[in-house]
Amino acid sequence: MTAEPAALDQWYVLGAIGDFPQGQSSRRLLGTNLAVTRAGDRFTIESNGPPAAVRTDYGHLWTTLGTPARPVFDLPESRESDRRAVYCGAVTVRASGLRLIENFLDLAHFPYVHTDILGTEARPEVAKYEVEQRRDVDELWATKCEFFQPKAAAASEGGQISRYMYRVVSPFNVMLYKTPPAAPDRWDVIALFVQPVEPDLSIAHPYMLVIDDISTDAELIGFQQMIFLQDKIVLENQRPKLLPLQPGRETPTRADLSSVLYRRWLKEKQLRYGVEERTDLA
Amino acid sequence: MLRLHDYVLSAECYAVRLMLALLGLAHERRAVDLYPGAATTPWGDVPVLEDGDDVVTDPGLILTYLARAHDPSGRWLPAESAAVVSRWLAFAATDLTALRDARRVAILAAPGDLDALNRKGYMALRALDDHLATRRLEGADWLAGDGPTVADIAVFPAVMLSHDSGIGLEDFPSLNLWQRRLRQLPGFVGMPGIPDYF
Repeated sequence: MTAEPAALDQWYVLGAIGDFPQGQSSRRLLGTNLAVTRAGDRFTIESNGPPAAVRTDYGHLWTTLGTPARPVFDLPESRESDRRAVYCGAVTVRASGLRLIENFLDLAHFPYVHTDILGTEARPEVAKYEVEQRRDVDELWATKCEFFQPKAAAASEGGQISRYMYRVVSPFNVMLYKTPPAAPDRWDVIALFVQPVEPDLSIAHPYMLVIDDISTDAELIGFQQMIFLQDKIVLENQRPKLLPLQPGRETPTRADLSSVLYRRWLKEKQLRYGVEERTDLA
Repeated sequence: MLRLHDYVLSAECYAVRLMLALLGLAHERRAVDLYPGAATTPWGDVPVLEDGDDVVTDPGLILTYLARAHDPSGRWLPAESAAVVSRWLAFAATDLTALRDARRVAILAAPGDLDALNRKGYMALRALDDHLATRRLEGADWLAGDGPTVADIAVFPAVMLSHDSGIGLEDFPSLNLWQRRLRQLPGFVGMPGIPDYF
């Protein structure tokens, strides 16, 4: 499948800066092979045509195969000096990148997939939360999310009611804001940058900007990777593999408000990459 | 106090976590990030087990060490099946490493020929399945001896994580029966990525 303008005109992550060796390396994005050349801290990226645009923001390498209407999204927390930036490695998942984002937005699976860590089967209720599409910045937000979590983060000693906010900044990039055990008045940022390789194959780049002076990097990474591996097996077994946008293919409940908004937003953008082909349109 | 230097995604570390759980041994875990290029332990690759002043490396050796030093019943390393147990420990350290390497290529983008590794891994699973089928004809449920041994624990993770590189267990009925039995053992713990819907 060839990517359409709605998918091409976006910024995509290719990996953490530190993972690129000096000289040549190769990556794949939206079914296109890319040659990445690093000289010191300067990058050039080439596919078939002229060199692609390059950004190095938030410790990651970004590119686009089209002409995005906006710059790479802003992440103000990256400028707060007391936060720790933690790269959690790149994990390949045989699933549509859109499925990854949607799963990341979902609170209801915590008790069942991340049992006794991010949720417990005794308290599965997703309390009412709010969603909105912020048209001025073209972002989706879910706010006032609350969930009881037995072990909300690597540094957690016991259960807590975690407060969450979700922020979808583009079809393949999302972050969540979550109350850290150490600083209840601030927000930890956990980002998921997805590199869509093929419609049904993605590389996930989880990244954290956290307020935690207890856990080691290895503990933070281990915690995040454990959560991610629990999701991976579910994601790879979802059918259809591509995200269905056709009405009636999947039935949402009230807990899926953010997913409903996300799918509506993708339709509005006419995004097709990673989306199941529709049969209801002429 | 036992201390395990551990990496959550590692199948070999999981084998040790599983053994510790089945033996009911309290221990401390030290997280090590093994993502390509990241640091490892002063003693080399994980898993590494510290027991007081003693340090044990190598997954198979750690399993046998735990069975010898911390299992008074001796049932995880029975003398009468020592040869067969050793054979399957060696199998886990040689033939099964194709599955470990395939998994690294498939999920962590490590360099390697995924198809070639998967072919080798498939043959290793075939050999395990054949052995277990033969054992069942003899009325036995486990790789060696009458009960589960360290050999079963050593091969279990690679078998259960083979789907990560695209190999399902549909072709291996005896392995499937065996893995279901193993999950029933008191104290069993899973690992992220090991499906629990079988």
